[in-house]
Amino acid sequence: MATGVAAWLPFARAAAIGWMPVANCPMPVAPRDNSKRQDELIILNVSGRRFQTWRTTLDRYPDTLLGSSEKDFFYNEETKEYFFDRDPDAFRSILNFYRTGKLHYPRHECISAYDEELTFFGIIPEIIGDCCYEEYKDRKRENLERLQDDQEENKDMKMPNMNFRETMWRAFENPHTSTMALVFYYVTGFFIAISVITNVVETVPCGSTANQKDMPCGERYTVAFFCMDTACVMIFTVEYLMRLFAAPSRYRFMRSVMSIIDVVAILPYYIGLVMTNNEDVSGAFVTLRVFRVFRIFKFSRHSQGLRILGYTLKSCASELGFLLFSLTMAIIIFATVMFYAEKGSSSSKFTSIPASFWYTIVTMTTLGYGDMVPKTIAGKIFGSICSLSGVLVIALPVPVIVSNFSRIYHQNQRADKRRAQKKARLARIRIAKSGSANAFLQSKHNGLLNELLELTGTEDEEQKLTKSISLLESQHHHLLHCLEKTTAHEFVDEQIYEQNCLETALQTFPSRSPSMSGHDSPAGSCCGRRGKKNTPLPNASLPTAHPIPTHQGPLQELSAIHIQCSDPLSHTASRSNLNLKTGDSSKINCKGGRITTAIISLPTPPALTPDGDGLHGPPQRRPPPPPGHPPPPSIQTTMSSAGTNIVKVSAL
Amino acid sequence: MDAKRVETISARVDAAVSSSDSVEDELELSAVRHRPEGLEQLEAQTRFSRKELQILYRGFKNECPSGVVNEETFKDIYSQFFPQGDASTYAHFLFNAFDTDHNGSVSFEDFVMGLSILLRGTIQEKLNWAFNLYDINKDGYITKEEMLDIMKAIYDMMGKCTYPVLKEETPRQHVEVFFQKMDKNKDGVVTIDEFIDCCQNDENIMRSMHLFENVL
Repeated sequence: MATGVAAWLPFARAAAIGWMPVANCPMPVAPRDNSKRQDELIILNVSGRRFQTWRTTLDRYPDTLLGSSEKDFFYNEETKEYFFDRDPDAFRSILNFYRTGKLHYPRHECISAYDEELTFFGIIPEIIGDCCYEEYKDRKRENLERLQDDQEENKDMKMPNMNFRETMWRAFENPHTSTMALVFYYVTGFFIAISVITNVVETVPCGSTANQKDMPCGERYTVAFFCMDTACVMIFTVEYLMRLFAAPSRYRFMRSVMSIIDVVAILPYYIGLVMTNNEDVSGAFVTLRVFRVFRIFKFSRHSQGLRILGYTLKSCASELGFLLFSLTMAIIIFATVMFYAEKGSSSSKFTSIPASFWYTIVTMTTLGYGDMVPKTIAGKIFGSICSLSGVLVIALPVPVIVSNFSRIYHQNQRADKRRAQKKARLARIRIAKSGSANAFLQSKHNGLLNELLELTGTEDEEQKLTKSISLLESQHHHLLHCLEKTTAHEFVDEQIYEQNCLETALQTFPSRSPSMSGHDSPAGSCCGRRGKKNTPLPNASLPTAHPIPTHQGPLQELSAIHIQCSDPLSHTASRSNLNLKTGDSSKINCKGGRITTAIISLPTPPALTPDGDGLHGPPQRRPPPPPGHPPPPSIQTTMSSAGTNIVKVSAL
Repeated sequence: MDAKRVETISARVDAAVSSSDSVEDELELSAVRHRPEGLEQLEAQTRFSRKELQILYRGFKNECPSGVVNEETFKDIYSQFFPQGDASTYAHFLFNAFDTDHNGSVSFEDFVMGLSILLRGTIQEKLNWAFNLYDINKDGYITKEEMLDIMKAIYDMMGKCTYPVLKEETPRQHVEVFFQKMDKNKDGVVTIDEFIDCCQNDENIMRSMHLFENVL
C-alpha cells in the first residue's frame, strides 16, 4: 500500500460498507485495534535541535526508521524524547518527507552526506520528488565519476601477478605506466608522422633532371621512398600484431575502430606487393595508395582531442544528416528552376538538372567559381535569389546549428538519462506495489496459520505472530479480504493465475475433486468451496485428486497445508517492501520444522490425509457450522511416516 | 457553507474587475480554496468527537491542501488501496455518493458527513447510504443496469489474477442473485423500502454492517 495515503485508510474501510448488501458471504472479522492510543506529539531531538511532530505523521511510512519500532532504540527515558546523533540540517528535509510525502534534495548538501542520512533513516532515494531527482542523480553521477577517477589512478599501481600478456596490454593502453611503454608510444607516433610526410613529399616535383622536367620526388627516388614505406609498414604491422596478441578479448579488439584503422593503413602496401605492375590493375593500385592517408587517423590513439571530436561527430550524426537533407532539398529546387530558366538560351552550360547542381552548390555556398553563369534574365533573377537564399540557408544556421549541436547533445544525454532513470524508478515502484499485493497474499497464509495456532498453540506463540504485522497492514488486508468475500473470488499470484488458465485450458473436465466446481454443495454458499490450488512455496506439486466422500451433509473438503518454515513465508512486515530487504524479516517461530495443518472434514477418517504431499489450497474460512452438524472431531496429532515433525491439526 | 466560499467568489470578482485580459491571472485567482465550518458546528452535525474531527481534518488537509478533493485525486487515492485491479470506476460512484451537493468536489464537510453515517450511523442510515450509492441516477430506484454497473466496478477492483477466474458473466450472475433476493414484487427495480426490508432480514448483512464501527 502506498504509505502516503495511510491517513485515508479509515475512509476506504468505511466506504467498504457499500459492498455489504451485495455480498453473499459473511465478512471476515476486523483486526482488533488494541492500542487505542491518542494521537500524541513526539519530540525528536537531533543533536540538540528539537523537532516535534504527531505520531501519526511518522506512522505514515512504516518502512522507515522513524515510522517503525526501530526508533524505540533511540528513546531516551529521562527526557521522554527520541535522540538522534545526526545532522539536524539534513534531518529537516527528512522530516518534511513525512509531513508532505515528498522528499526533496537540498542543493547545498553534499551528496554523500545526504545519501548517508537517507540510508540511516531507511528512506530509499528513489522517492525523491521529480523536482529534485534530476539534480540528485547528476550530483551522484559526478561523485561516482570522481571516485572512479581516483580508483583508476590507484589502478596504475602495478598489480602483482600480472602475466606478460596483461602487462603488455596495460602498457599499450596507458603509455605513462612504464618507460618501455612510453618509448614505444613515441616511436610509433614518430613513424606515423614520417609515413604521412613521406606520402606527401612523394608527390612534390623534385626539380628537373637530365631526362625530364618536374618529376615528382616519388618517381625520382623510388628506392628511397620504397624503403621508407616498407620500414613504416613493418613497424605498424609489428605493433598491430603485438596489440592483437595482448588484447584480452581478441574478437572485440578486432571489431574496434582503431584496429580497423590500423588494418586499413597497412593493407595497401601488402596488396601492392602482391599485385604485379600490370597495366590493368595499376589504376586500382594507384587508388589503393590513397588509403595510405588513413594512417593519419592513427594519431587518434595519441590525441585525446581527436577521439572526442570523432565521438561528437558520431553523436551529432542525426543533426548533420538533417542539415544535409535540407541542403539537398534546396539544391534540387534551385537546380530545377535554373535548368528550366536557362533552357531557352543557346550555348547554355545548364545541360541537365544534375549539371545545374554544381552551379547551385557553388552559388549557395557563396563560392562563385564563375564557370557556369546564367545568361537569360529569368536565369539571372533566379540565380540571385539562389545566392541570397544560399546565404540564409547556409551561413546563418551554421552558428545556430553549432550551438544547437552542443545543446541538443547535452539535452539528449539528459533525456536518455531521465528515461532510463524513469524506467528503473517505475520498475522499483512496481516491485513495491506488487510487494504490497504479495504481502496481502502471504499474510493470508500467515493469517490462517494464526487462526489455527490460536486453537492449538500457546498464547505467546500467537502474540509473536500477531505482533509482526503492523496494525495498518492488517487493517488494509482486512479490507482486501472483505472485497474478496463480496465478489466470492480470491486474489491470487500471477503464477497461480497462469497455471490455472493453463490447467483449465488443458482439462476438459476438472480431474480434481468435484469440490472445485462447487456444484454439489447443498450449502451453495459462495465461500463454501475452495478448489485445491498450488501456492508458490517449495515442494509444491500438482495436487492429486482426493477421494472426497460424498455425504449428505454440507461437504467440506479435505485440504492439507504444508507450511515450510523458511524464507518464502517470512513476513514482509517491516522494511521489506519498499526497501526490498526481503532477507531480514522475521521468521515464523519454527526453526526448520514443517507444520502441516489439515482441516479434516468429518466424518472423514484422518487416514485420507496424504503424507508428504504437495501443497494444497488454504483451508477455507468456513462460516460457523449451521445447526445440525455432528460434533467436530478431536484434535489429532500424528507423526507422519516421513519422520519429519508434521503436526496434523484438525479443527472446525 | 457557501458563505465560506467568499474567498473564491471575491477573488473571481476581483479578477473580473481588474480588467484582466490575460487568462493566466483569472486561472490563478480562481484557485479553489475552501475552509470548513467551525469545529463546534461540525461536532454538532456529526457524531464525531472533537479529537476525532481534528485527526480527520489533519489527514484530509494533508492529502488535499486546498481543502477539497476533486474526482481525479479521489480516484488516485482510492486506487492506491487496490493495487491489483482498477478502482477508478468504483471510486467514481463513491465520489458521487460523497458529493452530496453535486458540485464536483468533495469538501471536508461532505467527507465527514459521509464518514459519520458510515461509522456511527444507525443501520437505517447506513442502508440508506448504500442505497444511495447504488442508485446512480438518484431517482429512488435501483435498476438492473445500475446494479450491473456497480457490480462491474466492484469486480474491476479485483483485477485479473483471481481465483476462480473471473468470467464475463460473473457480475451479471451476481446481479441476478441480488435482484432475486431484493426485488420482492419482481417489478425489475429495487426500491428503498424493499432494499431496507430485505437487508434487515439478512443476518450476514446485518452483522457486516457493524464491522467497521471501531474504525477511528
